Amino acid sequence: MSPEILVPLVIAVPLLGAVFLHFLGRRIGEPLAGWLATGAIGTSFLLGAISSVDFIRGTSEHGESIMLWDWMPAIGAAFEIKWDPLAALMTLVVTGVGTLIHVFAIGYMHGDERFARFFTYLNLFAASMLTLVLAGNYAMLFLGWELVGLCSYLLISFWYTKPSAAAAGKKAFIVNRIGDLGFMIGLMLVFFHFGTLSFDGIFERAGEVLTTGTATAIGLLFLLGAAGKSAQIPLYVWLPDAMEGPTPVSALIHAATMVTAGVYVVARSASIFQEAPAAGMAVATVGALTALWAASIAIAQTDIKKVLAYSTVSQLGYMFLAVGLGGYVAGIFHLMTHAFFKALLFLGAGSVIHGMADEQDMQKMGGLRKHMPVTAATMGIATLAISGFPLLSGFWSKDEILAVAFEAGGFASVLYVIGLVTAMLTAFYMTRQWVMVFAGDSRWDEGVHPHESPRVMTVPLIVLAVLSVGAGLVNTPFRLGLEHFLEPAFEGIAMAHPPDGIGMFLLLAAVSVGAGLVGIAMGGFVYTRPREVWTRFQTGFGRLWTAWESAYRVDDLYGAALVTPGRKASEVAAFRFDLPIIDGLVNGVGRFFTESGTRSRVIQSGYVRHYGVAFVGGLLLAVIWLLVVGGA
Amino acid sequence: MIEVTAGWYMSLAAVLFSIGLLGILVRRNALIMFMCVELMLNAVNLTFVAAGRALGSLEGQVSVFFVLVVAAAEVVVGLAIIVAIFRRRESASVDELSELAG
Repeated sequence: MSPEILVPLVIAVPLLGAVFLHFLGRRIGEPLAGWLATGAIGTSFLLGAISSVDFIRGTSEHGESIMLWDWMPAIGAAFEIKWDPLAALMTLVVTGVGTLIHVFAIGYMHGDERFARFFTYLNLFAASMLTLVLAGNYAMLFLGWELVGLCSYLLISFWYTKPSAAAAGKKAFIVNRIGDLGFMIGLMLVFFHFGTLSFDGIFERAGEVLTTGTATAIGLLFLLGAAGKSAQIPLYVWLPDAMEGPTPVSALIHAATMVTAGVYVVARSASIFQEAPAAGMAVATVGALTALWAASIAIAQTDIKKVLAYSTVSQLGYMFLAVGLGGYVAGIFHLMTHAFFKALLFLGAGSVIHGMADEQDMQKMGGLRKHMPVTAATMGIATLAISGFPLLSGFWSKDEILAVAFEAGGFASVLYVIGLVTAMLTAFYMTRQWVMVFAGDSRWDEGVHPHESPRVMTVPLIVLAVLSVGAGLVNTPFRLGLEHFLEPAFEGIAMAHPPDGIGMFLLLAAVSVGAGLVGIAMGGFVYTRPREVWTRFQTGFGRLWTAWESAYRVDDLYGAALVTPGRKASEVAAFRFDLPIIDGLVNGVGRFFTESGTRSRVIQSGYVRHYGVAFVGGLLLAVIWLLVVGGA
Repeated sequence: MIEVTAGWYMSLAAVLFSIGLLGILVRRNALIMFMCVELMLNAVNLTFVAAGRALGSLEGQVSVFFVLVVAAAEVVVGLAIIVAIFRRRESASVDELSELAG
């Protein structure tokens, strides 16, 4: 069957799954609801895979636009799918990793009161994200964009009876809204200049319509939106808090979906960024700074999920660095490999938390290797992958990004160095995490009996571990598979590439692998030792370590600079303006009529003769008037 | 011999109208008030006829027919209401009918 029929189903199947589970989920119960949801997203993956065959074989290069129905023709908004290699790759990542997370969640959410509702949201989330990546115009993309925001809110605050979870959900939603505002203004600018929001209408004419200034403005506004969704400076603060959600949600949000939306939008809007080198450089700079900033925070975290949260922010920074410099293939490549190993890390963390009876403090773990061998092994693989250990997936993708930055030269050289330092920090904190959790002596509380998770949870881990090892091979300097695959989607775009030649590749690889190995060695050296050694190591950094531990107190800063004044302003508006003036006006009108009615009701005496007298009196007055003033 | 001019008729009509008006204002019995209304209507009729004759025009007489028709209709409705009220209350005093007073 042709993609025209199959691709719309990619969105429709999980959406129908969500609707079905919404109404009947509670009735069919656990675990059937979970398997149903998994079936829906799995079907979606299969449909996407079948439809992608033409791209992989190379029989279809540019794909096609599939028009479903009109929405707002005046602005070029329609339910229209753009099925090209980029959309195909995103679809496969979202549904593929999504399916594994669904399976894992069946085990993880076992016994939860709202088991079916959780899978309703997961399916809805997948459908929203697919709407985003398959959209053929910015209006539909924005629809998916907002739906993803909504679903993240629903899922992060899934355990809404916990005040911290409810607050985290709100925070994610509100911070995203700030980014959305920028994105929306950017879209208005696009519409103002192109007269349409349709991708085909925009990208073909971007070069002739946009001046550098306009393109830069649009690019920067898109960056604001992307920074919100993809958790970049300064809007990254929602993501670490989002760990309040159930762990599969963290995996889904931070690995396969949502946070990659910003990277995807920048890549999709490549034609616009091509006209605005300054905006591209801004994206790259924000990315590099975020990468370093978040990595430094991750070093000092003790909550197993917080480390991964900051790690995600940091890795997304890498992707921004790549796409900002025009290295779209490198950025998307890292997006894909990161989806695998980060999903694995989160699910592994979930498995640990599950086995440790909801303990998340790594200081109270240690020695879990013997009790959770599968989790330990798979997470170890993911740790090596994200650290850029040679031949694992992270090595290929991260190196490509660093090589792109190196090749770009100029200011990008600074970004290259930042990226290199980040690579070392990444290796350090990931090793630190693995060692603290799985190696050394056990430090857990009494009464905790760690145990390996059931097979429904470990099998997804194993699959993801295989992908984390092998996925890098799709795009190596020796065989640029992914690059050829994605090329048609970036036709006419001057893409940044790593430097040519195997020698150069080996040199750059040696440098970044060296950085990674230094990090691994340091993490392993310090944290395999007794606890006093860590403490001495950590206090050696002095106040710097405290700053990292408290995440530079950015939340407090935002609270003091934005939230408190905002609350004050709202109070003034509510109690000084709305209550006395607006309400006063409305109540005053009401009171006027009540009062005048009360006073004038006395003339309605109910006696006919009173009315008669008034009637005759009026008549007499009229007659006198006629006599005195004279008739017409 | 005093000639009876239109003015005489007009004066009689004015007297009848005033009696009717006074009756409406001072009496409480609905039936009496009703008769007073009729009296006023007929006073007006008299004015019409007199004026019509004095001016040599038919319009006055024609207007009277309209008034008669309306008056007949009004009597039917009015009496029906009065009878209905009387059945409920055993009284025809309008002062007691003041439920809608403000």
